Amino acid sequence: MIGGLFIYNHKGEVLISRVYRDDIGRNAVDAFRVNVIHARQQVRSPVTNIARTSFFHVKRSNIWLAAVTKQNVNAAMVFEFLYKMCDVMAAYFGKISEENIKNNFVLIYELLDEILDFGYPQNSETGALKTFITQQGIKGQHQTKEEQSQITSQVTGQIGWRREGIKYRRNELFLDVLESVNLLMSPQGQVLSAHVSGRVVMKSYLSGMPECKFGMNDKIVIDKQGKGGTTDDPGKSELGGSGKQSIAIDDCTFHQCVRLSKFDSERSISFIPPDGEYELMRYRTTKDIILPFRVIPLVREVGRTKLEVKVVIKSNFKPSLLAQKIEVRIPTPLNTSGVQVICMKGKAKYKASENAIVWKIKRMAGMKESQISAEIELLPTNDKKKWARPPISMNFEVPFAPSGLKVRYLKVFESKLNYSDHDVIKWVRYIGRSGIYETRC
Amino acid sequence: MTDSKYFTTTKKGEIFELKAELNSDKKEKKKEAVKKVIASMTVGKDVSALFPDVVNCMQTDNLELKKLVYLYLMNYAKSQPDMAIMAVNTFVKDCEDPNPLIRALAVRTMGCIRVDKITEYLCEPLRKCLKDEDPYVRKTAAVCVAKLHDINAQLVEDQGFLDTLKDLISDSNPMVVANAVAALSEIAESHPNSNLLDLNPQTINKLLTALNECTEWGQIFILDCLANYMPRDDRESQSICERVTPRLSHANSAVVLSAVKVLMKFMEMLPKDLDYYGTLLKKLAPPLVTLLSAEPELQYVALRNINLIVQKRPEILKHEMKVFFVKYNDPIYVKLEKLDIMIRLASQANIAQVLAELKEYATEVDVDFVRKAVRAIGRCAIKVEQSAERCVSTLLDLIQTKVNYVVQEAIVVIKDIFRKYPNKYESVIATLCENLDSLDEPEARAAMIWIVGEYAERIDNADELLESFLEGFHDESTQVQLQLLTAIVKLFLKKPTETQELVQQVLSLATQDSDNPDLRDRGYIYWRLLSTDPVAAKEVVLAEKPLISEETDLIEPTLLEELICHIGTLASVYHKPPSAFVEGSRGVQHKRIPARAGSGESAESSDVGQSGPSEAPPAVIPSQGDLLGDLLNLDLAPPTATVPSVQPSMQMGAMDLLGGGLDSLMGDDSDTLGGDIGGSPSMGAGLGAAPAAMPASLGAAPAVGGGLGDLFDLGGGVGMPTGSYVAPKTVWLLAMKGKGLEISGTFARRGGIIQMDLTLTNKAMSVMTDFAIQFNRNSFGLAPAGPLQVLTPLSPNQTIDVSLPLSTSGPVMKMEPLNNLQVAVKNNIDVFYFSCQYPLSLLFVEDGKMDRQVFLATWKDIPNENEAHFQIKDIHLNSDVASNKLQGSNIFTIAKRTVEGQDMLYQSVKLTNGIWVLAEMRIQTGNPNYTLSIRCRAPEVCQFVYLCYELVLKN
Repeated sequence: MIGGLFIYNHKGEVLISRVYRDDIGRNAVDAFRVNVIHARQQVRSPVTNIARTSFFHVKRSNIWLAAVTKQNVNAAMVFEFLYKMCDVMAAYFGKISEENIKNNFVLIYELLDEILDFGYPQNSETGALKTFITQQGIKGQHQTKEEQSQITSQVTGQIGWRREGIKYRRNELFLDVLESVNLLMSPQGQVLSAHVSGRVVMKSYLSGMPECKFGMNDKIVIDKQGKGGTTDDPGKSELGGSGKQSIAIDDCTFHQCVRLSKFDSERSISFIPPDGEYELMRYRTTKDIILPFRVIPLVREVGRTKLEVKVVIKSNFKPSLLAQKIEVRIPTPLNTSGVQVICMKGKAKYKASENAIVWKIKRMAGMKESQISAEIELLPTNDKKKWARPPISMNFEVPFAPSGLKVRYLKVFESKLNYSDHDVIKWVRYIGRSGIYETRC
Repeated sequence: MTDSKYFTTTKKGEIFELKAELNSDKKEKKKEAVKKVIASMTVGKDVSALFPDVVNCMQTDNLELKKLVYLYLMNYAKSQPDMAIMAVNTFVKDCEDPNPLIRALAVRTMGCIRVDKITEYLCEPLRKCLKDEDPYVRKTAAVCVAKLHDINAQLVEDQGFLDTLKDLISDSNPMVVANAVAALSEIAESHPNSNLLDLNPQTINKLLTALNECTEWGQIFILDCLANYMPRDDRESQSICERVTPRLSHANSAVVLSAVKVLMKFMEMLPKDLDYYGTLLKKLAPPLVTLLSAEPELQYVALRNINLIVQKRPEILKHEMKVFFVKYNDPIYVKLEKLDIMIRLASQANIAQVLAELKEYATEVDVDFVRKAVRAIGRCAIKVEQSAERCVSTLLDLIQTKVNYVVQEAIVVIKDIFRKYPNKYESVIATLCENLDSLDEPEARAAMIWIVGEYAERIDNADELLESFLEGFHDESTQVQLQLLTAIVKLFLKKPTETQELVQQVLSLATQDSDNPDLRDRGYIYWRLLSTDPVAAKEVVLAEKPLISEETDLIEPTLLEELICHIGTLASVYHKPPSAFVEGSRGVQHKRIPARAGSGESAESSDVGQSGPSEAPPAVIPSQGDLLGDLLNLDLAPPTATVPSVQPSMQMGAMDLLGGGLDSLMGDDSDTLGGDIGGSPSMGAGLGAAPAAMPASLGAAPAVGGGLGDLFDLGGGVGMPTGSYVAPKTVWLLAMKGKGLEISGTFARRGGIIQMDLTLTNKAMSVMTDFAIQFNRNSFGLAPAGPLQVLTPLSPNQTIDVSLPLSTSGPVMKMEPLNNLQVAVKNNIDVFYFSCQYPLSLLFVEDGKMDRQVFLATWKDIPNENEAHFQIKDIHLNSDVASNKLQGSNIFTIAKRTVEGQDMLYQSVKLTNGIWVLAEMRIQTGNPNYTLSIRCRAPEVCQFVYLCYELVLKN
């Protein structure tokens, strides 16, 4: 299991050092600094073995987190734990920075003591931790006996993510369908790979221990219902707008509150949600993706010292919808001496420090087209290596789900308290963002 | 409130000041002081001197302060064991606290104070806590057992904690179960033979129930533990798999990977024809792909594991090539791993896509990545034969970029492509040679030199090229030196006239001026070979090389099996067994995949290196003068089926340089010594005929079939019908010379058995009895396989027909002409000698059909000067009829090609002694004259083979 956990700043100074096992000595702290942080080379592997000691490391801004072990531990678990550790810290004090870590070091030690025992990860749900980690939350001595046992049963119990007795005057929930659409396109416009990775994020402000059921236009579920003849779902006609009745989900994963065995057998998503914001599910689709933009590049080398670049972008969605925060990044060679840009819409600038022309458009409606052309002057070089021509990348935000996913329902049942599904105010929002959206040129 | 100020105290009397603060009456001040102490501790300052003062702060009901003190204790107790005892009382008291959080904190911290003396006091509180009413305390106590075991294993066993821990597996709280499992698994690891984790169907059932309810981490502990279980049968295996599959949808990648491990292991037990098996395979792919959208570090772990899974079960991800395409912003470690998997998944179906991608990657920035991409193109060429041409042209494009390391890498992989597809892509050599000057890496230089040497006959200025390398011979790395030596020797053997000086130069450089033993020895071997027998040298140095295959980079199967059992762990990331990087006894046990129930999945053993026995006829070299004497001394007692007294089963060490060389040495002797009777006969050539370094599986086949097979077939019946032509009997011994005995006869091959058909006529006046027959040594070792069956006395004017089976295992001596046979027949009157000639077709064996590829290679391999041309006149048969007719005499047509009205038949024949004869027969429609070209390593047989052709075709 994990033998020790260290947090360093960018200089390699130790901010936090917690050792769980005897086989990890103080010299391990230095070994990592010398061999990884101070190494001149770029990181070649997130797992480094130095003198029979394995270091797992992740970096958040300029802070290094390293878990150390001498055993054959579950590597995936160690990384998941490090990420979780970051989440927990962020939930307590915001951004993970040197200042924040120094300001909260006692809290961090207390957390590390609780979520990692002898190197074994324990309950790491922030909601549960906040009930008894004392630095900023409730003080131990003020708890009654009932409260204490409630805490312990929650931390260890079946529903470790939610405590009893939550009350809201207004029962409300927010569902955000957040998708990032990824594309790799050849210069000729052939889709080399495309996929959507989506997340359903829920903010729940519900009283008691509500039982929830979530439904979406999952092809498998819809087809099953279609066979049964019960297709009188009122939501369906409305769905027709996007042209797709159902979508094929390649794979999905769920928050631990979701009953996986039920999903496996019936494909229904039922759960008791944590209080507040959390990620209900992640999913991935590859079929019938709506690609919101198409990028058409044209690069021409005029002699050895000049490049002509023309890029056309076309929006491909309903004209009534508006895409926002559009940014096209056109890479330029390292020996660029000057750039002249003309664009029809938005603003374009050559950024020498980033070796790219950045073209920004605030808003763009669907089924429109815009164009930029640039002349790039090059310094003559004797560098034999050709310019690698990195792909043109794009960023944007659109108010729909490129995968075509639709929320069909989210039903809330709470038997003990007297509110029904109809009393809950529900909000649904779709946001599609660009992931890695690249076109080779 | 911020804590950072604690890090900034730089005053001189720091320790002293802290001491005062720690002993302050004010709670707040105390707390502040302890925080300062912890801060100093973190940055590595020694604050152990404050031990008693800090411990004094422990007695408090302020939980926050208590935790801080505990933190300090855990760090310094070991350096101050005596003082640590002071803390014990507080711990024991805290374990009785009404607040479960305090009880748990006490037992947790106590376990972390690794002082022997304290452990004694720990036992009682721990025993209580293991049975505490609060699950939070129990789950903490479970881990504490593991801690205690780490300090004092014996104590834990004596106190019976292990049994209590086992009981906790049945606890009602899932988290307690998970921690108990984790603790037990770890303890079991250090006791490889203990039956600690006694997994049986009941406990497995409990674990599976807890699996649905516990935290993500608990699920990992349970799944990792489940993976060690061996189900009793396939049904149990299936039911576990069914209950584990839902975990594949968990958001935590580690849960997913551990579930994959359990499934990969247990599905091994399921019968492959089971529907569920297929369903399971399908279910595995999506979660694996989803892992690739995790954070990069996890992607890396996932990719390393997928690399293993793809090798074990390629079918799972064979349609998922695209997800492994490299993204521009992927960290380098993710890129390199993806590339590796892309090659593993490359197949004919997706090769176009893969190549387009690889070509794209070859223009990227990271040098390592670019190199690997270029190498990948080469590996694709070797893996997917249909793509080879495309790969080569892609590589040529890349060479044109002139980027130094791209060119070098490309040359290295092109060498491998040549090894896989010899004589196919030499057209690119010219392009390669243009880049000779830019090569500065040893591997690339060595590869280029190898190519020049291998194809020296096609490169006009090969000598100049190699000479240019020779100038800095001593500055080159060993790899390059060795390659250069071999290449120049190859060149010399191919173009001896122009390169004598060069070869002398390199030999002296290698043997006299070098202190590298490898180089020197190789130099000496070449030198000796060249000086004693250049022809033999040729056979050795220019021998055919075994083809390379793509399997070279696969993980060895037993290691792969073990690594599959370690999916998700560090072992699977390093691709090494745990014993390679874990110290001590932990993890040294080798894990195995359970065997499939009643499966016949036998491991495919590779054929490479296997060699069959080959019959090497004893080389007896009698002189001409002894011939008569030998005959006279023959013991004319009826010989039984003579198994040669010397039956050397010489191992055809196909890969062995020297072994191969020896064989060919013998073979070539006969070439040079020609008709010299005293020389080792053409049998030697037969040995050499199996190309010295042909893959053993090929080289061994003819030897087995030809030699031993025939020998043992002799016991079979006589007179099986066959289509082979039998010449009419001719008179061999005139009655005049045989004192009244006239012998006429002929030879026939029936069903693989050679027979001598004799007609004996008694033209004398008296009865003849006591017939016996004996042969002199002859070219192919023909000998009677049984006595001459003339049982009844032969009366005057009586004629008897006898069939005598012959073997080819007799003593061998080259005869002139080759097919001459000297026979002695004895009867009650005298011994008579005569000689006769047999058609060579007698010796054509039934398994003489050569594989096309081998034919092609062998044809090329036999030097041109060994080719003989003949005209067969006045044959009015079409090619098919001719080929059928020839087949009756074991002349096999391998391929037929029609070019401009001319049929070309490619035929092979094998002699009983393993000599292969290859022939090309051209038949022009309307022209009764056939052209026959025959190639054989023993050229003297060509003439006789031609005669057989004529005989067969004309009759």
